[in-house]
Amino acid sequence: MKRVVITGAGTINALGHSVPATLEAMREGRCGIGDLEFRDVERLAIRIGGQVRGFEAEGRFNRQQMSLYDRFTQFTLTAAKEAIEQSGLEFHGELSAKAGVVLGNSGGGMQTLDENYRSVYEDGKNRVHPFVVPKLMNNAAAGHVSMQFNLKGPSFTVSTACASSNHAMAQAFQMVRSGMSPVMITGGSESMLCFGGVKAWEGLRVMSKDACRPFSANRNGMVQGEGAGVFVFEEYDHAKARGAEILCEVIGFAMSSDAADIVMPSKQGAARAIAGALQDARVNASEVGYINAHGTGTAANDKTECAAVADVFGPHADSLMISSTKSMHGHLIGGTGAVELLACIMALRDGVIAPTIGYEEPDPECALDVVPNEAREARVEVALSNAFAFGGLNAVLALRRV
Amino acid sequence: MSTQDKVIAIIAEQAVLEPSDVTLDSTLEDLGIDSLGLVESIFAIEEEFDISIPFNANEPGKSDFDISTVAAIVAGIDKLILEKA
Repeated sequence: MKRVVITGAGTINALGHSVPATLEAMREGRCGIGDLEFRDVERLAIRIGGQVRGFEAEGRFNRQQMSLYDRFTQFTLTAAKEAIEQSGLEFHGELSAKAGVVLGNSGGGMQTLDENYRSVYEDGKNRVHPFVVPKLMNNAAAGHVSMQFNLKGPSFTVSTACASSNHAMAQAFQMVRSGMSPVMITGGSESMLCFGGVKAWEGLRVMSKDACRPFSANRNGMVQGEGAGVFVFEEYDHAKARGAEILCEVIGFAMSSDAADIVMPSKQGAARAIAGALQDARVNASEVGYINAHGTGTAANDKTECAAVADVFGPHADSLMISSTKSMHGHLIGGTGAVELLACIMALRDGVIAPTIGYEEPDPECALDVVPNEAREARVEVALSNAFAFGGLNAVLALRRV
Repeated sequence: MSTQDKVIAIIAEQAVLEPSDVTLDSTLEDLGIDSLGLVESIFAIEEEFDISIPFNANEPGKSDFDISTVAAIVAGIDKLILEKA
């Protein structure tokens, strides 16, 4: 089996348009959640979200590209460019033939769907733009990344709601670890902050009207975000041979299914994924210093997740740190695991633990060190990133400091 | 149909019971309605009476809308209808 390292990272999200900007915001415990701005927002009961601001697609992309790129594809390409440029890789010949892109996404081109449904249903138009289908399909982003960067190996999109990115990165990891490909581009993206996207979530009555406060006793629900996170997963010797900067090592993963309920999380399912990732990575529970929590800020997730962590880690659960950066960038649904992986990289490489902001009242059912409100310096050897999706589909990644 | 009859019909349908099996002092739990069933019932009630029920699944206890029994739900709806009028 090959060792797998991360040699490039890119992002765009409510905290920043790049990895350095995002990590700075996480270090400062800044909140990227604010009033939503889009058409018909006044007809929503939920009017806050982690919206990407100041992102001008015009100028970045030409007219032909704009007619093909939904906002989730624009985000993905922006993050992919940053990640691949950082890695210093160019894809030609054999590397190009083997390298691919596996991305997580849940909603596909929601903005495109919303605009075009509005046009045919509300405005009564009978003609739509010819590229509606290639724009809204949820593998569009993966397809455009492959074209832009000449990636001719295995490429596809993984869709497991809130765990999409973690499932995608686990696939990419397996491909590099097994020797199938020396380099894989992976991560995920989402852009559901439009009238129809938020209206659908509103119906479930799990959204907060004021803030995302994971683990806090007064938490009252999740807040949506948008954006992308993209990484270069590279075989260790391949990276070493070309003198690449290594951000951290990916050492294992596990996936599990609750097989129980379509929306309510299960402690057992989450615990099996966490324990499975430790086993796959061949690390002892006591080596884990930081967990980036799924931490949605709902009543159900946070207490279930804390109970699962307590079960797996026993007494060590009290000495590790666990934080939810969703408090700052919101829940990016299919892209969330990718943006949250940045907090793991920051913990391992920089020794800075991103805080859980908005934390106001301790909850006895979430009695772990959730790094409340302020970032902390700590040396961390091993970090985990949790994702537990609707459908009861879980994926946990394990990473190590290099 | 009175508010009470309409609410009982909605809850009975959600619980897959006959309306006669739903009494005013039944709790949703007694009737086997889970969290998703509750959210669906609230949606059906909002549609039936054209009202908005303040309910967040994360803090059911905090809501002004009491869902502890069928009678409490009926009383809550009557109040919301009055406020709307």
